[in-house]
Amino acid sequence: MAELIGKDFTPPDIRAKVTGEARYAEDFRMDGMLFCRLLKSPMPHARVRTIDARRALEMPGVVAILTAEEVPEQPAPSNNILTNEPHFVGEPILAVAAIDEETAEAAIEAIELDLEPLPFCTDPLDSLHPSGPNARVTGNTFSRDEGVFEHKWTEADFAAGAEDAMPTGTPGDEWSYGDLEAGFEGAELVLDESFVTASTAHHSMEPRTAMAYWQNGKCYVHGSTQSQSIIHPGLARYIGIPPEDLVFVAEFCGGGFGSKAGAYPIMSIPAHMSRKTGRPVMMRISRAEEYFLGSARCGFQGRVRMGFRADGRVTACDLFIVQENGPNTGFGDMGSAASAVSLVYTPLAMRYRGISVLTNTPPRGAQRGPGQNQIACAIEPVLDKAARALSLDPVEIRRINAPDSTARYGGSQGPVTSAHLGEALDRGAERFGWADRRARSGVRNGSRVRAVGVGQAFHSAGSSGFDGLVRIDPEGILHIHTGVGNLGTYSYAATSRVAAEVLGYDWERCVIHRGDSSRHLPWNNGQFGSNTSFTMTRTNYVAAMDALDKLKQIAAIRFGGRAEDYDVGDETVFHRENRGWRMTYARAAQWAIEMGGPYSGNNLPEDLNPMTRRSAQALAGTGLIGVARDADRHTGTVPALAAGFVEVELDLETGQVVILDYLGVADCGTVLHPQSLASQVRGGAVMGFGMALTERHVYDAKWGLPAAVGLHQAKPPTYLDVPSGMDWDALDIADPQNPVGAKGIGEPLMGCAAAALLCAVSDALGGHFFNRTPITTDMIINAAASRPPAHRALAVNTQ
Amino acid sequence: MHDDGFKTTVLLPESTSTWSRRDFIKSVIASSVTVSGLSYFGAGCAQPLPAQSGGVERLLSLTVNGQVRRVDVAPHETLTQTLRYKLGLTGTKVGCDRAECGACTVLIDEVPHYACSTLTHRVRESDITTIEGVAEPDGTLHPVQQAFIDELGPQCGFCTPGQVMTAVALLRTNPSPTREEARAALCGNLCRCGAYDHYLNGVMRAAREA
Repeated sequence: MAELIGKDFTPPDIRAKVTGEARYAEDFRMDGMLFCRLLKSPMPHARVRTIDARRALEMPGVVAILTAEEVPEQPAPSNNILTNEPHFVGEPILAVAAIDEETAEAAIEAIELDLEPLPFCTDPLDSLHPSGPNARVTGNTFSRDEGVFEHKWTEADFAAGAEDAMPTGTPGDEWSYGDLEAGFEGAELVLDESFVTASTAHHSMEPRTAMAYWQNGKCYVHGSTQSQSIIHPGLARYIGIPPEDLVFVAEFCGGGFGSKAGAYPIMSIPAHMSRKTGRPVMMRISRAEEYFLGSARCGFQGRVRMGFRADGRVTACDLFIVQENGPNTGFGDMGSAASAVSLVYTPLAMRYRGISVLTNTPPRGAQRGPGQNQIACAIEPVLDKAARALSLDPVEIRRINAPDSTARYGGSQGPVTSAHLGEALDRGAERFGWADRRARSGVRNGSRVRAVGVGQAFHSAGSSGFDGLVRIDPEGILHIHTGVGNLGTYSYAATSRVAAEVLGYDWERCVIHRGDSSRHLPWNNGQFGSNTSFTMTRTNYVAAMDALDKLKQIAAIRFGGRAEDYDVGDETVFHRENRGWRMTYARAAQWAIEMGGPYSGNNLPEDLNPMTRRSAQALAGTGLIGVARDADRHTGTVPALAAGFVEVELDLETGQVVILDYLGVADCGTVLHPQSLASQVRGGAVMGFGMALTERHVYDAKWGLPAAVGLHQAKPPTYLDVPSGMDWDALDIADPQNPVGAKGIGEPLMGCAAAALLCAVSDALGGHFFNRTPITTDMIINAAASRPPAHRALAVNTQ
Repeated sequence: MHDDGFKTTVLLPESTSTWSRRDFIKSVIASSVTVSGLSYFGAGCAQPLPAQSGGVERLLSLTVNGQVRRVDVAPHETLTQTLRYKLGLTGTKVGCDRAECGACTVLIDEVPHYACSTLTHRVRESDITTIEGVAEPDGTLHPVQQAFIDELGPQCGFCTPGQVMTAVALLRTNPSPTREEARAALCGNLCRCGAYDHYLNGVMRAAREA
């Protein structure tokens, strides 16, 4: 039946992207618009004793100052809008609005700030030390129930480990399943590895600019967000208004990668400033500010013990993660990492322990595969080390542990909807020519050596329970309302096509409404967590099925017979036997308006979210309304799984790594949009290559100042850093809990590539394992020359 | 406010309201040589200006996308500022504002330049082409633009105008580049979505189909 699913199409928003007509937050203008700039903390932790704004406010063109007292206070340790106790360099203390940006900047310079410096920390292990500093006055970790509190390890904890081995004290979080000790006892090989993964910036090309104004009691915000509807209640809260008084516009988003997934507090500053000044306010965020305000991936310091049978099967896994969390709520990377290990390697027994430690570094948040991708970088090389010890092929050791659809997930060992990582490895190994390429691993060409690597990654990739909303207008056009957002993957469009598919529509006669909350959007999940393909196909399916039922009911009422005796085709509903009983969708929509009730959206299902209800009410009476909640929830975790294969040439003298070739294979259920999937496989790999080799946050340990505040310092890959022409494939095996078989995929496509590249670097060095991400050039040169590394083994953030 | 009673003192002028909306609107009208009247730089740019400022003629004629535009330009003003905030050409994006990313790439006498790092006064004798000037006036897309659509070049799209401008310039000087030549030409345009392969596919397709 699939006319649209699995076919390429031209997404409706792409033309505007190539012509420059696409409008991002900074591209909007309002008459009388003021510009606002932020005064940011120069210290990693301090209290503001005095703000002397007298000289600044007397400067010509300066209109207003906005301080922390004037905006809603956030419960600690949430991210703040503005604060008088900054917890990281670059945290906004106040905002100044002026007639132009340079005047605002000059006013910021004229403000005198008296700060009381407070203790700070950049390395979690320092903070866990009995006499170590805490990132907050109230402690160095937090829980939902207890808030912020102090968590320390003992001197004995630190003394217990061997030199350079990760100490493991009391955790803040733990779970286990199976008999861990029996697993280790039954193992042929036990590896005990300490590892570090660095924090990395998101580097969204569009800084998180926002513009706001008030009109007739409503606040209009133009923001840069991946998501649409899910932003709404959170942003309204930050502004301090009911959601129905907010109009939120986010038609285009210049990259988010997790950092613009939900509402973030500074987006509300222009709204507050606009309310105070009575004028529209634009707040541009600079590239340098993105390194403070733009979120970052959590760093890990960890230790893993893994037991292997002679055939490579993982018998036991004991994982400990110290998460470098930034000063605020951060994100649940460590727990996600542990659950990923439980699924990707299906250990027969596993224990996870973790502690999230607050640091005075810019707030951490979700970044593409948060937790899952760090742990792929940490564990995949351990598998290679085991494979070497057991004389196994790297693909073979992954294959024997790979999950299928009977695999269990996380500490609770819950079910998964479908998993085919083994097939992805098989498909990839064959397509990549793994055996042949591996045979030439180690071949030298002058100072350059060839090597290969394989990597795997996972992310939970689907949700359910959100709403769908479609409308057939009296002209017969199908309007699909989608509140998911526009991250740039085109999945908002690919998933909308499910509604057209269900109703047998010609795609040219469908219109997508999105990007502006005044366009009557339903309550949808955000465009994050690789969930769109699964979640939004479900909502669009239920809305279209509701419309389909109503088409048949209207026909049965007008002509006779039972609704189930009717079928649809060519945008017409007809009786299967009495062929004269037929009407076009356009005519049915006209009847729907006349008949009212549920047909025209005048009566709505009880279980709709209030946002969907408001949107459907606004559309009521304008056509045939299909609206429903995706109430028949899915069960189990929806796994997005991916395998990456890479061949490199590493120069033993310069440390340069040239990536010769790459293949990514996706287990993403039914393929919705092949061209976009190809772009995700390749783009995810590019981001993964950066994670593996070049990207990291670095701070000066003495003053807590960030050293990576530019694209050239925390370097994302360019055209020249990646292969020209990367290959992709997908299994295209339907997931049973999705109406079209779809699952998400965006995040593991990065992790599998990063892990594959790390493994290839170690392969090139004859099995030297760094247990660290990224592996930078200096590390490679030292390893190649058999010199000790220049960095401290467990240091994170300062190396 | 802190639990231990810590309180921040904010010192403000006795009268903080020095600018009214009326003053602002008057000043905007007075500087109506600008297209939008809005600027994000230059204290007093929204106020009436003398013809001369520091010995530099501020009122320039710029040739942008084949049209001569009269515009008031401060001596330290960059081309992105002029294009985006004076001429309303917001297709040129500001990704870094310091010559790292290439999102602001425009053509100056057919050569790609980072507009964020080009002073507007330096290009007053030049022909400037922005993303808005690439398609035909009737809306027919340039082969590069069409190929970027056909190959699904953009993901988020923020770097796309810069990628288009660099590719257009490349094909003017080298209508049949190799993939390696295209890669070298485009390497100053960062794409965090990592859509490099798809942009290169687009450049090669445009070269074939042009």
